[in-house]
Amino acid sequence: MGDHYHGPATGVTRWLFTTNHKDIGTMYLWFSFAMFLLGGFFAMVIRAELFQPGMQLVEPAFFNQMTTLHGLIMVFGAIMPSFVGLANWLIPMMIGAPDMALPRMNNWSFWILPPAFLMLASTLFMEGGAPAFGWTFYAPLSTTYAPPSVTFFIFAIHILGVSSIMGSINIIATVMNMRAPGMTYMKMPLFVWTWLITAFLLVAVMPVLAGAVTMMLMDVHFGTSFFSAAGGGDPVLFQHIFWFFGHPEVYIIILPAFGVVSQIIPAFSRKPLFGYASMVYATASIAFLSFIVWAHHMYTVGMPVAGELFFMYATMLIAVPTGVKVFNWITTMWRGALSFETPMLFCIGFLVLFTLGGFTGLMLSIAPADFQYHDTYFVVAHFHYVMVAGAVFSMTAAVYYWLPKWCGRMYNESMGKAHFWISFIGFNITFFPQHFVGLAGMPRRIPDYALQFADFNMMSSIGAFIYGASQLLFLYNVVATIVAGERVSDEKVWDGAEGLEWTVPTPAPYHTFEEPPLVPKPAGTI
Amino acid sequence: MALLAPMATAQNQVNMSPGVTEIGADIFGLHMLIMWVCVVIGIAVFGVMFYSIYAHRKSKGHQASQFHESTKVEVAWTVVPFLILIAMAVPATSTLLEVYDNDEAELDILITGYQWKWKYEYLTDSGEPVSFFSNLATPQEEIYNTQTKGENYLLEVDEPLVIPVNTKVRFLITANDVIHSWWVPEIAVKRDAIPGFINEAWTRVHTEGLYRGQCTELCGAYHGFMPVEVHAVSRDEFDVWLAAKRGAAVVRSALATQTLSVDDLMAQGKGIYDRACLACHGAQGEGGVGNAIAGSQVVLGDLSGHFAAVAKGVSGTAMQAFGAQLDDVELAAVLTYQRNAFGNNTGDVVQPGDVTGMKNG
Ligand code: HEC
Ligand SMILES: [Cu+2]
Repeated sequence: MGDHYHGPATGVTRWLFTTNHKDIGTMYLWFSFAMFLLGGFFAMVIRAELFQPGMQLVEPAFFNQMTTLHGLIMVFGAIMPSFVGLANWLIPMMIGAPDMALPRMNNWSFWILPPAFLMLASTLFMEGGAPAFGWTFYAPLSTTYAPPSVTFFIFAIHILGVSSIMGSINIIATVMNMRAPGMTYMKMPLFVWTWLITAFLLVAVMPVLAGAVTMMLMDVHFGTSFFSAAGGGDPVLFQHIFWFFGHPEVYIIILPAFGVVSQIIPAFSRKPLFGYASMVYATASIAFLSFIVWAHHMYTVGMPVAGELFFMYATMLIAVPTGVKVFNWITTMWRGALSFETPMLFCIGFLVLFTLGGFTGLMLSIAPADFQYHDTYFVVAHFHYVMVAGAVFSMTAAVYYWLPKWCGRMYNESMGKAHFWISFIGFNITFFPQHFVGLAGMPRRIPDYALQFADFNMMSSIGAFIYGASQLLFLYNVVATIVAGERVSDEKVWDGAEGLEWTVPTPAPYHTFEEPPLVPKPAGTI
Repeated sequence: MALLAPMATAQNQVNMSPGVTEIGADIFGLHMLIMWVCVVIGIAVFGVMFYSIYAHRKSKGHQASQFHESTKVEVAWTVVPFLILIAMAVPATSTLLEVYDNDEAELDILITGYQWKWKYEYLTDSGEPVSFFSNLATPQEEIYNTQTKGENYLLEVDEPLVIPVNTKVRFLITANDVIHSWWVPEIAVKRDAIPGFINEAWTRVHTEGLYRGQCTELCGAYHGFMPVEVHAVSRDEFDVWLAAKRGAAVVRSALATQTLSVDDLMAQGKGIYDRACLACHGAQGEGGVGNAIAGSQVVLGDLSGHFAAVAKGVSGTAMQAFGAQLDDVELAAVLTYQRNAFGNNTGDVVQPGDVTGMKNG
């Protein structure tokens, strides 16, 4: 170590001015967890209102504000930043780089997030209330008919778009330029691969989202009519633009999750990942396909039949690379030496539930059937299976898996397992019955419902409270680990773990790989 | 707890309904087919996984094998799913083409979504046009839990859409304000209602009965409160109903040229106010979402200003244009009512003829 080696600064300035990827990663992770709790609290309000038929706790207008903010905060505040935090912590350590390529920008891309979300949350206290047009904010409900707070919403979206673009550029620059000698692309851990591809997706679509909200801003304040038929515009145009962003967005959320699972399953199977190359190609194909399927969210807008057919076929195709991934993970487990620590449990939970979400996704891709599914609770169930059991479960697995490396202390395994089982059961009690009410005809985004949906909704609400409570256990376990967990000092915390991040001391020092490491062996071999 | 009572009787449907149309049955068939395909694949995949979880545990002393590649398997599990998908795409395509076959309809109905109600217009070549609004009929007391909820809670309307069975009915669907979506699961029609554009959909119902649905596109605060109710009746019954509707329409347009009594106007006006204005302006005209009618300068002022507010709405606010939603008699009645109720006491009487006059400039 040279004499330029130094530890972190002290006090708040450490966090305000830091350019250290580990500090920034930590801030992203804590911030996203705070947003997860806030978005989760909104979900609890929603489920409490839906506990019984009849209006009980909130007014319909406020209910819509809750569904809108729940979606926005979970997608943009919880899931996306959490994976950026993980990328910050892990990508440099996985490719043998000393830090991210653009450390000052890294600081900035984090620090503009909290004000953006503060502004978004503050709309709740504005006249006319918070945005109440759903996280998909379809015009003209979000333009001509929007509350005044829509302007703040647009500003917030712009800021977090800028943050995402900066974060992605940083990841691309890091992965392309800072790999240790010998770390060729096809030796990179899958988590790095999935993030590289995700970063390209983000750079491609965040500007489209920015375009959509800018057009809204023009319609609201400057008399244009992009989305108003009365002035020669088209409300459906909004949906095309939104989903051109929105569909890749769901892969932006899930691809890093695939990466995490591809790291953890081999570790607890004590066996290399099966089909490394095909995993890379499958990820790239999914990313490509994600650009040509957007209108499957819009089967009922009255597209020409040729368009419907195109989007239906393209959407069905996504099942192929997704299937390849699931088969590869299971084959990785096959004839391994499996053990079931908390990270592995969450990954198996991911595998089962994400696959169920994939199945309902395939059902939804069938355009004529979607006429019955669209905008019902069937869709709500589907995307919570892929977003929560997909992204959130894998993120949770990641925290348990790498936490000992980060802080040099082991989490409490029984508490971790309890967290898994309570989450898993609570999640399914919440979302499985939603398939039923959806098929039986319950639309989404309604504050009150017909009596035949009552029993399943009550069940859903009970499940949601259980799932919500289990996250407090998670918080407790993580804090207890950091403060007083049992110390670990093995470089390889897990006997089956592979990769450069497991070659540095535990806990990972403030600076790692100031000298590039020797890259021992190709990924996919032992 | 008394409010929980009706739940015991409600059935917990868990699957899609095949409905009462051929297309609905086709869609149901597709849905079941793909579901079973998924179930079979799921059993195979999870079977392998759980076997591995059981048999290949470290705790049982299983030694990890180190294989990590096999082009053959990779090709197989790329190609086989692809073939399954093609097999599913075939019936899906043919059903979709059928859904889109809007030609040769025997009856056209224009459906317009409003915040938060539906308007139905029967488009026929001859005779007086028939059109009406269909509003939620569930009383506020049931919604706010002070009265026991009825069997069709939130799925009942004041005036249902009536269609004949065994007839190809085409729906032309549009909206007046924001995007709505008209859905009745049992007749397998869901189409977005988009302001400024007209979408087409069709149905041919083969069984008489009452079919219920809801708006399925978030359309603002009361999105959950704009149900659809379709009454499918025999051809004869439908003809009788349509003729009666037409007759009533003729009577109404005749009324528009008559001079009505103050009591009549006030009585009708109260009915319309309670149904269409009260939610925002308050039972005593005290205001709420909308401003107070009691003592309002607009209402107490010039009739033309009052008329403009009601007929054209106040743009950029929740006050909609009621000009197209209420006919001349109804407008006259509600204007008279607002000008004389809640202590406004202007003594003004607005006749349908006055409204017709103001409408024509
Ligand atoms: C969805 C809510 C809503 C409904 C329903 C509604 N109004 Fe209004 N109304 C408003 C609002 C809001 C205003 C205030 C507009 C403004 O800011 O100038 C208003 C204003 C008015 C005014 C002008 C009053 C003034 O002092 O400026 C009149 C007259 C009026 N409404 C009549 C009616 C009538 C008649 C009906 C029923 C046929 C009705 N409104 C239904 C919301 C509503
Ligand atoms: Cu609606």
